[in-house]
Amino acid sequence: MNIVIITILTLGILGTLAAVVLYFVAQKFKVIEDPRIDQVEEVLPAANCGGCGFPGCRAFAEAMVKSDDISSLNCPVGGAETMNAAASILGKEVAASDPMIAVVRCYGTCDNRPKTNNYDGAGSCAVSASLYGGDTGCSFGCLGEGDCVDACNFDAMEMDPKTGLPTINDNCVACGACVDACPKNIIELRKKGPKGRRIFVSCINEDKGGAAKKACSAACIGCKKCQKECPFEAITVENNLAYIDYSKCKLCRKCVSVCPTNAIHEINFPPKKVKPVAVKKPVAPVGDAPKTAAPKAEATKKENNPSVESKNKEE
Amino acid sequence: MLKTFSLGGIHPPENKFSAGQKIESMPIPSQVTIPVGQHIGAPAAAVVKKGDTVKVGTLLAKAAGFVSANIHSPVSGTVFKIDKVADASGLKKESIIINVEGDEWEESIDRSSDLVTEINMAPQDIVKRIADCGIVGLGGATFPAHVKLSVPTGKTCDVLILNAVECEPYLTSDHQLMMEKGEEIMVGTSILMAALKVDRAVIGIENNKKDAIDHLTNLASKYPGIQIEALKVQYPQGGEKQLIDACIKRQIPSGKLPIEVGAVVQNVGTTFAVYEAVQKNKPLFERIVTVTGKSVSKPSNFLARVGTPISQLIDQAGGLPADTEKVIGGGPMMGKAIVSTDAPITKGSSGILIVKGEEAKREKMQPCIKCSKCISVCPMGLEPYLLMTVSQKAIWDRAEEEQIMDCIECGSCSYTCPSTRPLLDYIRLGKGKVGQIMRSRTK
Repeated sequence: MNIVIITILTLGILGTLAAVVLYFVAQKFKVIEDPRIDQVEEVLPAANCGGCGFPGCRAFAEAMVKSDDISSLNCPVGGAETMNAAASILGKEVAASDPMIAVVRCYGTCDNRPKTNNYDGAGSCAVSASLYGGDTGCSFGCLGEGDCVDACNFDAMEMDPKTGLPTINDNCVACGACVDACPKNIIELRKKGPKGRRIFVSCINEDKGGAAKKACSAACIGCKKCQKECPFEAITVENNLAYIDYSKCKLCRKCVSVCPTNAIHEINFPPKKVKPVAVKKPVAPVGDAPKTAAPKAEATKKENNPSVESKNKEE
Repeated sequence: MLKTFSLGGIHPPENKFSAGQKIESMPIPSQVTIPVGQHIGAPAAAVVKKGDTVKVGTLLAKAAGFVSANIHSPVSGTVFKIDKVADASGLKKESIIINVEGDEWEESIDRSSDLVTEINMAPQDIVKRIADCGIVGLGGATFPAHVKLSVPTGKTCDVLILNAVECEPYLTSDHQLMMEKGEEIMVGTSILMAALKVDRAVIGIENNKKDAIDHLTNLASKYPGIQIEALKVQYPQGGEKQLIDACIKRQIPSGKLPIEVGAVVQNVGTTFAVYEAVQKNKPLFERIVTVTGKSVSKPSNFLARVGTPISQLIDQAGGLPADTEKVIGGGPMMGKAIVSTDAPITKGSSGILIVKGEEAKREKMQPCIKCSKCISVCPMGLEPYLLMTVSQKAIWDRAEEEQIMDCIECGSCSYTCPSTRPLLDYIRLGKGKVGQIMRSRTK
């Protein structure tokens, strides 16, 4: 009986002593943290993707709380909604930013870009790119080993076995992980555009026209037709390659039809001059390939099939 | 017991089919493509332009910086164009394309085959001549030779080591060169010794070339200070660090160069080029290339001008066999598969290896079974399985801690792996990335 009492007493006293010590230590080394960091973190998407440029959502929340001017900060995953919510907690102003999306600037499908050799090394674009120019005649294009798909944390990418190229769907939050993963710098973050409509040159080949065309039938040959056609001076041609500046592009689509190799892709546009399908537009403002695909193929007959296919795949 | 290096190593089948084949001069092609970046370091800057007439030995491109090398014309004719042309790796590099007319040499070059033994040049003049003649390491690494011969202040060199091991399977170009140009190599060695101001040179030769060991040992008696060292056959003995370890039992600290232990290593082919440059004033524009493979009908050693298309060498060796699956530039261990046989021979092309059918295919990667075979064969004492994993997962700080930069890319780990894991592929990737990070840190 005695033993029980002694044990309880000893442990009780030890516990009380430890509690007192801990209390004073906790007071002494107290970390005072701005409670707003927790509040801001609460409204962030908690994806920890690094798309904002900070290591995780908490670091981004800290940056938002600390900096006076948060116009340079943006959470691409949460978009305007999240940023506004966070800004209202802090009583700061956010700069309006356009939603972005990743686009694959290569359309060297198996049909467009015949293989010249077989790669049987390690299944990684980074390894392949460190060894040689790739298994086709184009040394700029997609290597098709899928490093970008591995890097994507949002289920937005997959490799299309038919084309051998990655496709990006509307899950994309423009975090930029795939852009960093691609050793060929093919993937670009571009303005998502109203109703997801966007136009871009789907090629980064800087070879002279003849060589580029020989390697890939969908290559930009630097003919400058699009540059001449563009009423907004949005298109520049440098190193035999056209580039559309998305901040100047007004989505008029004039360049798309003049491109001799169909290297300029339009996405999510309704087919030209075909009214009856307009009913379907409000149903699927962004994406949903098949609805626009079928009429488009009929409407723009001069475009060959691969490019039409591409426009659907990209969505 | 023959000497060899102390750590790791493998012994792949030697398959030296072209051994003993006399060096055969390749006919001059009708057009040559000369890349301006044929060496480690900055690509040379072209000094000729379209339409210029050049002779054999005319300077085409000038070294751009200290670690760079001059490039000379291997043919006489007219510069057709300067353009970006796909090299053996399929990447487009700036190249000078020359249409060949006749075979007219620069008058300064001594074309006689007489042996000139007397060396009457000061050490710094020798180094300058070597730099002017665009001599690079012909073992395959193509490091500019004059850089190695310029001993940095504060360091001393007391021994020259000649790399004549030719540890790569299949290749025989150095072996044949030693058999046919032994005297010239001895004079070349004396020139290098004079340039470095050392009185001792060791020529390391693997024991599978007994005739070359005997031949050079006989010749060496006439040249003071040159010693021939027969070495046990072990890959990668041709690596600088391994060769120094094998020949003189000195170990180079991690991240340091051979000069740290007072040694300079040159390849035996480079030594012959040095002889020609110093005694005959002949720039480096041709080299010996082994064309070989199990299915090749006539494995040969060719003396080919730089810029000759690889396909012409293959044709000369009996043509490309129908069952060819892969063509490798260099040896089977460190060579790289080439994308097109239209690519030209460069200063670094030691061999063309033709691999047939199933042999060429890489097997599917299996999971690592932690057997540690890769660790036991690594000649640098690294842990390849770990380096591959950290490279795959992009843990660059760990890769640096594990001394990834010490890897000499010999491929012994990939060769020995029972799970056929592409160890070197990933380590090479990690090396590139870590090197980049380290350089950005010092900036």
